Amino acid sequence: MKLPISWLKDFIDLDGLSVEEIARKLTLAGLEVEEIKYVGLPVSGASAEGMHSSERHEFKTSGIGWDREKIVVAEIREVNPHPNADRLTLLDLYDGQQSQVVLTGAPNIFHLKGTGKLARPIKVAYAKEGSTIYDGHTDGLVLTTLKRAKIRGVESYSMVCSEKELGISEEHEGIIILDDDAPVGMPLVDYMGDAVLDISILPNMARNASVIGVARELAALTGRELKKPSIEYKTHGESVEKLASIQITEPELNPRFVLGLIRNVEIKPSPYKTQRRLRLAGIRPINNIVDATNYAMLDQGEPLHAFDYDVLKERAGNKNVKIITRAAKDGEKLTTLDDVERKLTSANVLVCDEKGPLSIAGVMGGAESEVSDGTRNILLEGAAWNFINIRKTAKQHNLPSEASFRFSRGVHPSLAETGVRRGLQLMAEWSGGEVAPGLVDAYPLKPKDSVVDVTPQDVKRLLGIDLTVEQISELLTRLEFKCEITKDGLRVTAPSHRLDIGEGVVGLADVLEEVARSYGYDNIPETRMADALPPQIGNPVHEWEEHLRDILVSLGLQEIVSYRLTSPERESRVAQYDEYVTLANPITPDRRVMRRNLVASVLEVVEHNARAESNALFELGPVFEPVENDLPDEPRRLVLAMTGSREALAWDVKDSPNFDFYDMKGRVELLLSGLRYTDVVYAPTDTVNYLHPGKAAEVRVNDKVVGVFGELHPLVKDRYEVEDAPILVAEFDLDVLHAVSPGYEIKPVPDVPPVLEDIAVIVDESVPASRVEALIRQTGGRVLTNVRLFDLYRGEQIGAGKKSLAYSLTYQSDKTMTDAEAAAIRNKIVKRLEHEVKAKLRS
Amino acid sequence: MLEQLKEIEKTALDALSEVTDPAVLEAWRVANVGRSSPLMQVFAGLGKLSKEERPTVGAAANRVKVALESALEERAQAIKEAALAKSLEEESLDVTLPGRGIHVGRLHPSTQQLRRVLDILADMGFQVYTSREVETDEVNFQLLNFPPNHPARDMQDTFFIEAGERGDNPILLRTHTSPGQIHAMREFAAANPDNPPPIRIALPGMCFRYEQITARSEIQFNQVEGLVVGENITFADLKGTLSDFARRMFGQHARTRFRASYFPFTEPSAEMDVECFVCGGAGCQVCKNSGWLEILGCGMVHPVVLQNGGYDPRRYSGYAWGMGPERQLMVRYRIDDIRYFWGNDLRFLGQF
Repeated sequence: MKLPISWLKDFIDLDGLSVEEIARKLTLAGLEVEEIKYVGLPVSGASAEGMHSSERHEFKTSGIGWDREKIVVAEIREVNPHPNADRLTLLDLYDGQQSQVVLTGAPNIFHLKGTGKLARPIKVAYAKEGSTIYDGHTDGLVLTTLKRAKIRGVESYSMVCSEKELGISEEHEGIIILDDDAPVGMPLVDYMGDAVLDISILPNMARNASVIGVARELAALTGRELKKPSIEYKTHGESVEKLASIQITEPELNPRFVLGLIRNVEIKPSPYKTQRRLRLAGIRPINNIVDATNYAMLDQGEPLHAFDYDVLKERAGNKNVKIITRAAKDGEKLTTLDDVERKLTSANVLVCDEKGPLSIAGVMGGAESEVSDGTRNILLEGAAWNFINIRKTAKQHNLPSEASFRFSRGVHPSLAETGVRRGLQLMAEWSGGEVAPGLVDAYPLKPKDSVVDVTPQDVKRLLGIDLTVEQISELLTRLEFKCEITKDGLRVTAPSHRLDIGEGVVGLADVLEEVARSYGYDNIPETRMADALPPQIGNPVHEWEEHLRDILVSLGLQEIVSYRLTSPERESRVAQYDEYVTLANPITPDRRVMRRNLVASVLEVVEHNARAESNALFELGPVFEPVENDLPDEPRRLVLAMTGSREALAWDVKDSPNFDFYDMKGRVELLLSGLRYTDVVYAPTDTVNYLHPGKAAEVRVNDKVVGVFGELHPLVKDRYEVEDAPILVAEFDLDVLHAVSPGYEIKPVPDVPPVLEDIAVIVDESVPASRVEALIRQTGGRVLTNVRLFDLYRGEQIGAGKKSLAYSLTYQSDKTMTDAEAAAIRNKIVKRLEHEVKAKLRS
Repeated sequence: MLEQLKEIEKTALDALSEVTDPAVLEAWRVANVGRSSPLMQVFAGLGKLSKEERPTVGAAANRVKVALESALEERAQAIKEAALAKSLEEESLDVTLPGRGIHVGRLHPSTQQLRRVLDILADMGFQVYTSREVETDEVNFQLLNFPPNHPARDMQDTFFIEAGERGDNPILLRTHTSPGQIHAMREFAAANPDNPPPIRIALPGMCFRYEQITARSEIQFNQVEGLVVGENITFADLKGTLSDFARRMFGQHARTRFRASYFPFTEPSAEMDVECFVCGGAGCQVCKNSGWLEILGCGMVHPVVLQNGGYDPRRYSGYAWGMGPERQLMVRYRIDDIRYFWGNDLRFLGQF
């Protein structure tokens, strides 16, 4: 909400408070000032000439200050033609000290060209030579300093300003024409210098979406008095109650509806002061009647709607107007004042007469009954609506407006009457109209005033500060709560403009927040918790995953985190699924489902980094498996991917083999041993679609498959733009892996030296190495503590279809082992291998 | 005989003074103190000498042997030192050539920052509590005091999941980690419904918002929430704990400021700002000249939320806060594009 400081001054004396101080107080109390735009008032901390400052600002700052000496109120006394330019006029202007001749091309003066001396001088904003203003002819805001120049033979050194030139608005169609009472010669900053606070209104602070609302907060924060100008006007003629009536069909949706009437209005522009304030507040002035509804809304917080009374009367067949509020019928139609035909549903509420709908309640008026240039008599509506209903309707029709902004956050019904009276007062003042006596006021559902009991103990228990009953009462009274001292503490009644104070424990929290804000969050001390430390139970799964990450990093893998949202097309490069957890409202089709496959996510990153010398990556996180009309399963997965050069290239390491299957297997082994798994079995698998059928293994722990790894299938690899090097992938199901317990113990370091021995056997290609190793281990028994394959040989020496496996065996017994004992075990092993896998000892 | 010994000694020492090479030195040793050296011949011939001569010559021979051996040792040492000195002088590397690298692994920056946050919180007694990422409207919003169609929902634009007719309880991607507050409170309260235990937990995890993907906004981001529930927990405790946290995270002298704010699940609510650690509050680009950085939103747990969690708000109170590790990193390292985090470019990740 954009709030001019000058308007705020209608309600509170701000003497001695700088604009930044005001903004700071509001910000700390929850009315966050997002920007201060200076419109004439000196920019805080600014250097000379009222220009933008590079000094520190606590707030985002824009705008300019107006030089007191150089920018003043002046009056145009004569308008003469320019001797050499048809489209320019020469103004004879008095600035309070002397007469000046000023050139202008302003269209709103042009019609007076050649008039000569004016019967009634025109008041304008006059910038003298040397003053700094915005350049009106350049797009955007560019500062310029007025210098002496000749324009078509006439000397020019100063100008009458448009709103754009003074930073008030974008308006540059004509010059500003001030109200007649503007005092000539007065520095313009004194007459109408301003600063606009752009305040972000929190959802629970709808009560502050008005000038009086902010002033009320500021009064509470500064201890100053809130001025409430009386809303009075003269009335004439027949009272409105005799001409109009109201029927509310659903009080839950429409707790109150108030109507006032004003006759014989003259539709014309509002006073300049009004237009300027509206523009500063971000609202385009239209005419005095529409402006009055907007002005009253900003002033008091109650959105108003003006109907052309004569249109309604005609629709009623010249009988009394009867306003009916009701839910719309599905399919009912109304053309709103933006000339769009809206198709309504039963979720919308309508303001109707007996003939049909007039407006969408609280959101937008209808075209037929809107105020036009010919309107003479106005029926003015102020009402209260159900905020949830308005919110839905505004969303449904995509009609955000100043009115729906307020109504959808809650406007207290008490404001309906205040708003209508303020609107009538302004209309009378600006249009010369005559207000009819009385108001029609249907108020079937008065909100209950919230009453909350608060004690000093409550304040202590929840805020941690010691306040007396009197102090609490003082803090709340500033915010217009009614406080009554009781036996235990205070009985507090919420003020009539507030809907956000509940009852019971909720009301207590609501009131304590107001105590804290009024007291100042900054004044509450910082303490350390005196409460018992809860039992420390840790989070074993989380800690295990963190440990796992550490191991992978120590193995040289880079962690990545990808989008959980993806598309079936993206994943189809690796796997295809019938069902997905699918967004109902995706932001882009490319990210419309939750991922099911973490391999696909990681391979996208491999592809992205394909130009890197090597890629060794891992990602750990959930995939999402849909469950019919219920929450999906979120199993956790770990994926490793490696490709590119095994060694880091350097000036003397010019070439390196690429990562291959056994690099990945080594990482997998180290990961699992790092996690203390011992009973790990690797078996070939050709059932993983995305892996090369001959270069893939599954990993079993305690006979459970916990993951697979291998080389990416060539067909899958072809779907990615990557280098030639093979891509190795491992995928683990972390839930299964975590569930199989490792069962690990540390063995003592032996005192006696081990006996080492090598053995090489020739077997058929078809015999897996793991089978040979398993047989060696089984046969060797407890004393055979380590078996390490140190050579694999294929070649002519041993014949085709054969391979030689050479193992280094470590025997470790409690006592020193003799060569004979070792030889006996070795013989057993050889015999077993000969028997089981037809191995031949290689000599 | 004594003359001969003198001659042996002189000849040997003269020869030794010429020796500079370890191999020549070894030859000298064999020639002069070796088994068949003239000196050893003297020892061998001692038996043939007369009783009178034997002690004199023996003593002289011994003296020569000791002298030659110690001269040998000295010489050996000198040669070694000379060799070392020579090698030190001659052998030198171009130390400016690059070192040989290895492929190193790193944690994703978000994980690194999450750990920093969680480590500090662990020191303060906060334990990690994790929960699911896809939630129901009920747990993500309603139980946290966001009724259906409440204006506060505008603050959290939401991704909804296609599902069957579920009325006011659609399935959605969690917009914050706060559903974990409900899960945790209910879990703890279930253990002892009449006397629920105090809670002090940190809730980290991925959250989702319906946003355009731009330099400033993302569809997913990590959040860490803190939740404390107990019998004597105050707003002053909230300020103390979070200011302690800020000092641990941003430096011992970090100043904090609490601004009133609004969140449906806390009341009173606040935003905590930390004095800009880049400029010390003087104003700079990072803090947009304000001197303050918005770090987290916080507040006293709303009584409705306590109640929904199984904790009686008349007896228990608590506070909660939420903050974004990616946002903290962006401020800390002046990263101006949030898309880097899930872009996973090694040239970005490798810098952490």
